[in-house]
Amino acid sequence: MTATIKILQANTTAEIRRSAQRKLWDFHGGVHPKFNKEMSNHHPIKIADIPTHLTVPLQQSIGQGAEPIVEIGEHVKKGQLIAQQTGKLSANIHAPTSGKVIKIAEKLIPHASGLQGLCVVIECDQKEDWGAHKLPPITDFENTEIEVLLERIQQCGIVGLGGAAFPTSLKVNAAEFHTSMHIDGNYRPKLETLVVNGAECEPYISCDDLLMRERSEQILQGIEILLHMLKPQNCIIAIEDNKPLAIKALEEVCANKNTIEVVTIPTKYPSGGEKQLIEILTGLEVPSGGRPRDLGLLCLNPGTIYSIYNAVINGEALISRIVTVTGNGIQNPQNMEVLIGTSFNHLAQQAGGYTNKADHLIMGGPMMGFALEEDTAPIVKATNCALFISSKELNESNSEYSQQPTLPCIRCGKCMDVCPVNLLPQQLYWHIRAKDLEKAVQHNLRDCIDCGCCSYVCPSHIPLVDYYRFAKTELREQAIANEKSSLARERFEFLQFRRERDKREREEKRAAHKAALQKKKAEAVKSNSDSNTEDPKQAAIKAAMERAKAKKLERQQAAEAEKQSAQEE
Amino acid sequence: MKFKNKTSPFYNSTSNVNGIMLQVLYALMPGTVVMCLFFGWGILFNIVLAIIFALALEAVALKLRKRPIMPFLNDLSAVTAAWLFALTLPPLMPWWIVFIGIFFAIIVAKQLYGGIGYNPFNPAMVGYAVLIVSFPFEMSQWINPNNPLLSFTESFTLIFSEATPEWDAITMATPLDEVKTELRAGTDYSTIVTQSPYLKSASNNTWLWSSLAFALGGAWLLYKKIIHWQIPAALLGSLFLISSVFYLFSPASFASPLFHLISGASILGAFFIATDPVSASTTPMGKIIYGGAIGLLIYIIRTWGNYPDAIAFSVLIMNMAVPLIDYYTQPRVYGQSKNNKDKQ
Repeated sequence: MTATIKILQANTTAEIRRSAQRKLWDFHGGVHPKFNKEMSNHHPIKIADIPTHLTVPLQQSIGQGAEPIVEIGEHVKKGQLIAQQTGKLSANIHAPTSGKVIKIAEKLIPHASGLQGLCVVIECDQKEDWGAHKLPPITDFENTEIEVLLERIQQCGIVGLGGAAFPTSLKVNAAEFHTSMHIDGNYRPKLETLVVNGAECEPYISCDDLLMRERSEQILQGIEILLHMLKPQNCIIAIEDNKPLAIKALEEVCANKNTIEVVTIPTKYPSGGEKQLIEILTGLEVPSGGRPRDLGLLCLNPGTIYSIYNAVINGEALISRIVTVTGNGIQNPQNMEVLIGTSFNHLAQQAGGYTNKADHLIMGGPMMGFALEEDTAPIVKATNCALFISSKELNESNSEYSQQPTLPCIRCGKCMDVCPVNLLPQQLYWHIRAKDLEKAVQHNLRDCIDCGCCSYVCPSHIPLVDYYRFAKTELREQAIANEKSSLARERFEFLQFRRERDKREREEKRAAHKAALQKKKAEAVKSNSDSNTEDPKQAAIKAAMERAKAKKLERQQAAEAEKQSAQEE
Repeated sequence: MKFKNKTSPFYNSTSNVNGIMLQVLYALMPGTVVMCLFFGWGILFNIVLAIIFALALEAVALKLRKRPIMPFLNDLSAVTAAWLFALTLPPLMPWWIVFIGIFFAIIVAKQLYGGIGYNPFNPAMVGYAVLIVSFPFEMSQWINPNNPLLSFTESFTLIFSEATPEWDAITMATPLDEVKTELRAGTDYSTIVTQSPYLKSASNNTWLWSSLAFALGGAWLLYKKIIHWQIPAALLGSLFLISSVFYLFSPASFASPLFHLISGASILGAFFIATDPVSASTTPMGKIIYGGAIGLLIYIIRTWGNYPDAIAFSVLIMNMAVPLIDYYTQPRVYGQSKNNKDKQ
């Protein structure tokens, strides 16, 4: 189905309102779970109270964790750099408020496996004292060099706030877009479209919705900073049609902007997946293993754009974010602006505390989020939602059968029908169960986006996506093991080569030595026979022997003569 | 505070296996009712007996295999298989023949392969194939629907007593049988149609009405998205096409395409039997190949083979080809194409 959605581009100054039809495409599959966004999207964003302590994890992006540059006992100001990024994929960490560093230690972090990670614990002084740690505002960004803006984004530790936590400075690095690319037989410009991904397709989450509604001006400024930096031909703000207020707010602020379009897309999970959104907007597919950049596109989350605005215009590092606190396990579901490092528990208290239905704590949404066992874990840059929810509510759509056990796959193909990337989940499942990862790879396991639609619809209640996650992890580990073993093999082969080479060299040396000796000997013999003279020593011995012989003979003759003379007498 | 652990997605949709099977059973209702109206209590006896035997055998097999019994009886797959199997039997089958068929369907074709989800062959069709090979006479005794229907007690006695009914008095050949025999005898197809008690008028044609009723059920399954359109469309399409080719080539010596579509179990097979998800092809393209090949085989076996109907053998033959078909018909995955064309 191809939906054409009316978008409004109004030029109020010229009093011309022209409406354009933008063609939209649909992606394969997808599901329509209960979205339950109305639970949290009726209240304005609340600024959460500062807790007594903040636990700031040093690993809040992909890549390596940042390295702490503060000491225990040190007093830090709000916005002060407390940990320095340690690699390209790492990001700076700043103090979310002023206070005293009381601990730098391994603490529980929000992680699917309940892992611990190095954290800086700050005892908040409740003064919110920035000291000198606000960076100089760059209000005239249009006359500022791109490198300066890029450096600011990097300094401020901005990462993708949609959940991936990829360092934004790498994503918006214009240098990456300098070369034209050959696509579809046409040369496309370096960056054709900047896509603001306001789809927010996960159920329950409404933080981007509220941000776009309340801070549309700031988001627009953020977009303009990016337009200046990246110079795309146009910008699309894509929002699902279940967020009419956000659409209206952005349409209003973008009314005079000819290059910025607000596009309403149909509500369907996972339309907010980068690849799916690109398909909806352009009908193009990001090549397998490639990136949107390969199509001349760049997708950013509104939250990320807001933090870019904040970093450039206000000089503030990324130290807080909007988090949706929702679910039937919480008294007053709503969105809050929260300092990074605030515990989930504090968040729950800020939202009126728990009800008796808080069975699960999910970071993120119910489709792709992960469960936390402890509410002492802190909010991180990637936390878009804290969902406190009862088991019953999760299974409500399924209450009759929630107790049903997992049954074998009957190959009904429902998973295939909903897979947004058109995989055959039933066949993948079959091969992974048989531990035939090679076959799973042949069935394009690597293109799976972990969206969970297959598990969602499975009538046998098989946790399909868990099998794919397992298999992908297994493949990664195999790849690492392969790399290790091939390295070891290379080393071993080199060792053998070296040993053989040494041996060969030694033997060659010996052979050469031997040959030299023999040659010398041969030469000596040759020179002897050539001169034909006897060895002087031999000659001396001979002469001595002859002399001795002669003497002996003389003595014998003398003795015989004496004998004879004696007989004669 | 401690929270429960679980992996995403935390949501589940409402679909479940017994819900799917239940929809299939609903969809079988109209056809079953029509068959009962034409053939009497015998059809109902077949269904009830088959279901009882199937559940009992399934329970025994699960017990022997040390599997939980209730979840697997609840999934209704045994009931569905038994019901489909029963619909292929002529009414007034002796109970023990029904039992033998069900034994092969449930024990041999299903449980010995690992139960639901693991059977490479369609269990109902395995049961049918065993019976058609072993009891060809009993399997062809379809009651003459023009006779007054037998009462409940008469049917009961015929099914459970040792007495052999006077078959000739109450049964007659099915249209498929009749047409095949007559065509082989050299009778012109148009003559057969005017003489056949079934075919001469639409109201007399039991098979037409039951086929329409099963098609209604099939439409329900499509509407409820229990089955995909590919298998029924390809099966009926290829059956129609090949029979049209031969019929146009020689209308006197080949049956009409319409006759093939509404006779025997074409419609039941297309919507309910070939679509059994476990043993059928699973990819969209594979389903078209699978359904199309079954349609072709049905025509070949019906026209030149010796069996009264051909659904069972066609389905079983194609079941064997499923792994191959599935492997070579994988759909193109997102981002995998070489020329990333705009979809217009």
